[in-house]
Amino acid sequence: MKYSRSLITLAIGALAATAALADINIGVSLSLTGPTSALGIPIKNEIAMWPTSIGGQKLNVIILDDATDPTNATKNARRFVSEDKVDILIGSVATPPATAVAAVASETGTMHLTFAPIDVSTNKAPWSYNMPQSTLVMSHAIVAHMKKNGVKTVGFLGYADVYGDLFLRDMKVKMEGTDLKFVDVERFARTDTSVTGQALKVTASAPDAILIVASGSGAAMPHIALMDRGYKGKIYQTHGAASRDLMRVGGKSVEGAYVVAGPGVVAEQLPANHPSKKVAMGFVTAWEKVYGPNSRNAFAAHAYDASIVLQKIIPIALKTAKPGTPEFRGALKAALENAGPIHLFHGTVNYTATNHAGYTDDTGVIMRITNGDWKLQ
Amino acid sequence: MDFSIASILLVDGLTNGAIYALLGLATVLVFAVTRVIFIPQGEFVTYGALTLAILQTGKVPGTIWLLLLLAGLAALAESFQTWKRHKSVAAATVAGFKVLTFPVAIGVVTIWAAPQQFSLLVQAGLSVCIVTCFGPLVYRLAYQSLADATTLVLLIVSVGVHFILTGLGLLFFGAEGFRNPPFWDARFSLGAVNLSGQALIIALASLALIVMLWLFFEKTLYGKALRATAVNRLGARLMGISSQTAGQLTLAMAALIGALSGLLIGPTTTVFYDSGFLIGLKGFVAAVIGGLASYPVAALGALLVGVIEAFGSFWASSFKEVIVFTLILPVLFWRSLTAGHSDEDH
Repeated sequence: MKYSRSLITLAIGALAATAALADINIGVSLSLTGPTSALGIPIKNEIAMWPTSIGGQKLNVIILDDATDPTNATKNARRFVSEDKVDILIGSVATPPATAVAAVASETGTMHLTFAPIDVSTNKAPWSYNMPQSTLVMSHAIVAHMKKNGVKTVGFLGYADVYGDLFLRDMKVKMEGTDLKFVDVERFARTDTSVTGQALKVTASAPDAILIVASGSGAAMPHIALMDRGYKGKIYQTHGAASRDLMRVGGKSVEGAYVVAGPGVVAEQLPANHPSKKVAMGFVTAWEKVYGPNSRNAFAAHAYDASIVLQKIIPIALKTAKPGTPEFRGALKAALENAGPIHLFHGTVNYTATNHAGYTDDTGVIMRITNGDWKLQ
Repeated sequence: MDFSIASILLVDGLTNGAIYALLGLATVLVFAVTRVIFIPQGEFVTYGALTLAILQTGKVPGTIWLLLLLAGLAALAESFQTWKRHKSVAAATVAGFKVLTFPVAIGVVTIWAAPQQFSLLVQAGLSVCIVTCFGPLVYRLAYQSLADATTLVLLIVSVGVHFILTGLGLLFFGAEGFRNPPFWDARFSLGAVNLSGQALIIALASLALIVMLWLFFEKTLYGKALRATAVNRLGARLMGISSQTAGQLTLAMAALIGALSGLLIGPTTTVFYDSGFLIGLKGFVAAVIGGLASYPVAALGALLVGVIEAFGSFWASSFKEVIVFTLILPVLFWRSLTAGHSDEDH
């Protein structure tokens, strides 16, 4: 059903691109296969639940798979721009293909929302906007929590890829000027059969806390290895691990871990006056009606957030220009940069002409795994 | 580093090395008999572990549908070939049914057994049966008609089979990983070393499997037939050994070894749909150390790979894979210096 629906959307999109130029065309490049398919598939499912029209204009959403490959992402983005005449580019879910889409976006002057954090400094990617929180924003929340809880020494156990690199860099930025310091840095890969060596080394340096930088169920294995080594200190996990797969695979071992995430993950526990409460509950209710209780997914929520942003800026842009024209694309950019704070599932964004990363430092919340469930700290 | 850390790393390395040894042996076996460099060996590991994981949730694993599909295709191919040779519809039907019987039986049993939530051992046995069935079918569909092609063509086919099986793995099991419950949830303390029951099972099962393989090749008629094919395909055929049967039997054994490795490794790590490739590749490194010909050297090489990997992850975790795979260079260099060219065109 889900597949056929997106296929139909795709077919309609391809036809409509030439037939009705007044419709708003959106090209989405997602990693539905390859290493980050775990992120891309739920996003595709959420996009299938998007409204079919915004501001009285029909929405044609065209989804293509980029297989987590920058070359494919570039090809997809070029196709979207030249054949489908899209007004907005979206995707991808991993940093390398998302950066590839950003290059096409800035070359052709098309607005681009990305589900993976990329470098959105305005001289590099003037048309791109980050939907997820940057690792810098999340590092801020982790460092603040560590400071509050008397942590002095930190061990790092992270993916040997760009996600691990970014977190290492931004943690160091945020730890500057505090009395926190890294005593050991170890790396591993998602498909490793064992992290015993790394766990031994990092626990041997006896840090007050260990930060695990990994995603989804891949974050469970290093955690279990640390517990097997009898580590008693605090263990922090990043927002890449803030899904129930961590508990499903980790079981008892991940009990008591601290996990940083966007506020929506614990939508029910947010105080009623929290700015994200309403949006977060909106997503959770709609999503879990289809996919069952506790099936909420932080990556799908990024797609929900994107639809909120679109519903905010498209009506404004429609007042000044017609879809399918460069003026409309410029109007979209202006609308987003002057929209002021927008409350989303993952926090509050405030994009401006110079700040395309959006989120403010107080975005991340720390949750603790208690009795196999998230508990807001 | 002190003695206790070294011993923990050693145990960890040997445990993983035991798995690599099994896969290395399977790789050598397949290459010796069929000349196929069997890249998809690791996929059998993932299929074994994840089929068990899905059975644990009480659902019918997607591998069943693939099994039935492959069996159907193989049966069609087999009947068509028989019909072409004998021009007899009855013989063609019989040939087709012969291929279908076992996979369909396994499929029916699994569909019936999946919701019953049998004990872990029963489900493990079922997973092994399912994955083992894949071996002959993969050989029948991908390799049999190319049996006389060059090693390079067979290697390219292997890469294709690997991509297809990985892609289907994503479809069947989803992108997130699974960790299976341990078969033996015990812990033993030997000084500083904390030995888990699962590690013991891995060591013992690998050892038992290696001994059984040795007995199979030394004592049984089928084992001797496989060895004969490995030594000289043409000669073996002249002696009445079907190289097709030999190929299918070999791949069945490779799949069996792969599935068992998957069951063994499933409780100690998180297995993803694409985990198998790297695990299989390390088995391949071990097989290369054995020159794709020697079983004992491959097994020792695998233990070496496991230990180097464990110590590498302690000393320089960012470069662990680099260290493991760079190992292949001096080995190749040494082999090219010591080994003369074989007279057979391998």
